[in-house]
Amino acid sequence: MSILIRSVSKRFGNFVALDNVSLEVPSGSLLALLGPSGSGKTTLLRIIAGLEVADQGSVLHHEQDITHYSARDRKVGFVFQHYALFRHMTIAGNIGYGLRVRGVPKPEIATRVNELLRLIRLEGLGTRYPSQLSGGQRQRVALARALAAKPSVLLLDEPFGALDAKVRQELRQWLRKLHDEIQVTSVFVTHDQEEAFEVADQVVVMKTGKIEQVGTPAEVFERPANAFVMDFLGNVNVFHGRVERGKAVTHSGMEVAYADYTHAEAQDAEFYVRPHEFDIRRHKNGDASLEAKILHVNPTGPLIKVELQAVASEQVINAELTAERFGELNLKSGETVFVSPRRVRVFFPDYSI
Amino acid sequence: MASVNRRVLPGFSLSLGYTVFYLSVLVLLPIAACFAKASSLSLDAFWGAVWTARARSAYLLTFGASFVAAFSNLFLGGLIAWVLVRYKFPGKRIVDSIVDLPLALPTAVGGLVYSSLYVKRGWLGRFLVPLGIQGAYTRLGIVLVLVFVGLPFVVRTVQPVLQDFDPESEEASSTLGANRWQTFYTVILPALLPALITGFALAFARCIGEYGSVVFVSGNMPFKTEIAPILIVARLEEFAYGEATAIAVLLLTTSLVMLVLINWLERWSRRYENR
Repeated sequence: MSILIRSVSKRFGNFVALDNVSLEVPSGSLLALLGPSGSGKTTLLRIIAGLEVADQGSVLHHEQDITHYSARDRKVGFVFQHYALFRHMTIAGNIGYGLRVRGVPKPEIATRVNELLRLIRLEGLGTRYPSQLSGGQRQRVALARALAAKPSVLLLDEPFGALDAKVRQELRQWLRKLHDEIQVTSVFVTHDQEEAFEVADQVVVMKTGKIEQVGTPAEVFERPANAFVMDFLGNVNVFHGRVERGKAVTHSGMEVAYADYTHAEAQDAEFYVRPHEFDIRRHKNGDASLEAKILHVNPTGPLIKVELQAVASEQVINAELTAERFGELNLKSGETVFVSPRRVRVFFPDYSI
Repeated sequence: MASVNRRVLPGFSLSLGYTVFYLSVLVLLPIAACFAKASSLSLDAFWGAVWTARARSAYLLTFGASFVAAFSNLFLGGLIAWVLVRYKFPGKRIVDSIVDLPLALPTAVGGLVYSSLYVKRGWLGRFLVPLGIQGAYTRLGIVLVLVFVGLPFVVRTVQPVLQDFDPESEEASSTLGANRWQTFYTVILPALLPALITGFALAFARCIGEYGSVVFVSGNMPFKTEIAPILIVARLEEFAYGEATAIAVLLLTTSLVMLVLINWLERWSRRYENR
């Protein structure tokens, strides 16, 4: 195990940033800490880096307890959201900084800097200053600087957060490729689930200082551990209702089979359906369905987005259809149709909150 | 060429016109008058006025003491700016206001207070004089009072730059393996250098022109503690206006050359900024 975090807690005044968090980061993996702002993901990353000290718990690198090591002794590479390049140093000076302060001989630094400039595809720009580069180029320099001293762990704090959409997309793919090449254990923080899914091997979903779920992107997306994870990882439609006798019944009258709960005593529950898990029909058949009126159709993109309103409960429902299905149905705003879920996830409200 | 003006403030020609006009009336005209008066002297008379042994010793003292004072302020002012920006402590606002006091206080008062502190029976002098440290009526006294007068400039130029300094740069430096000292002199100091140089230039210029405080603390002994501005006043008291302005012209020209050099140095220290 490359990084091991054992029951770490951290408070800032009255604010609990991390509440008894434990996590393992396997060697050579690329792990994403995903969560909304205030979830403690950046604090956790900074504790791994030694930029913050945990109030309780311990941090281990390769079975060695480094909880009380300072940042400079941990030999981690850290990439900041806003690059944090040294403005008065050239690109080569920035990249070589970590080697220079450790007293590496000059010719060796020059060789390594050139190697890294090639890796980040900025050969020949070593004599420029950061102010002369674009945002994407600066972030690549920051990455090269973090990698220069061959750290055992690479930590990235929202590394693409300050870049525009297109550059962000490019850099994500580039980071994934780079990680496959150099295989350094990496942890990066993001609030963008798409980014986490695209880049990471493992996704850690966090909320208010706690870890909600750890898993591969597919696991986390397909089998969310709770309503929060389900909601955070994409658009959902939420229906309130109850479960009883192997059935789930929404207040709006939709009824689907739910084999996990066979008691006769009814229990309140919430039903989550993703937009692409709805089908739309013109006529009612045997399946559970809701009668709804089409409010708006957005035909751009690979999936056609249809906004509907349930006739009885007046709940707004978001559905997504493939272009073919949409073509078959030939739907128009104002029409009344039947929506039926292909898949429903049941979560019980958390009374502890 | 008809171009559309999209700037916030309208009227480039108007604002530049005012700038040139005010600079001319407030700064250039008096200086020109100074040069005009000095040029009424013949070249020999001019030289005779500005290059006497007494005058040369006064120039050396003026520029030397100003340089030492401004240089001390680099450290003292830099430290005060650092403490004011980086730490929270009770009474911080009061300390922050005290920094500006040397600007508000009539410098003559500063000079008087300094001399009374450092004389034999003064609060500080009673301890320092027995140790052989003469603060009053010596060159040391001049430097001390010039440090006092020039203090706000370095503090006030460094403070905002330090405030805007990105703490992530420091964190980056430490994650890259630098110790505190390395982080300070390779990351923080170069970022502060332009502000330090500007503060130095302002303090230095202020010290060269300083008169009120020095006149009380120095004792004004020719060849020993007489600075150039005092020499000018001495000439004026002899009604030798031409000679007085001649010395002023030399002082002005030297100061200008030095300030241009310092500005050039400051520009160099910002060479990495977007060009």
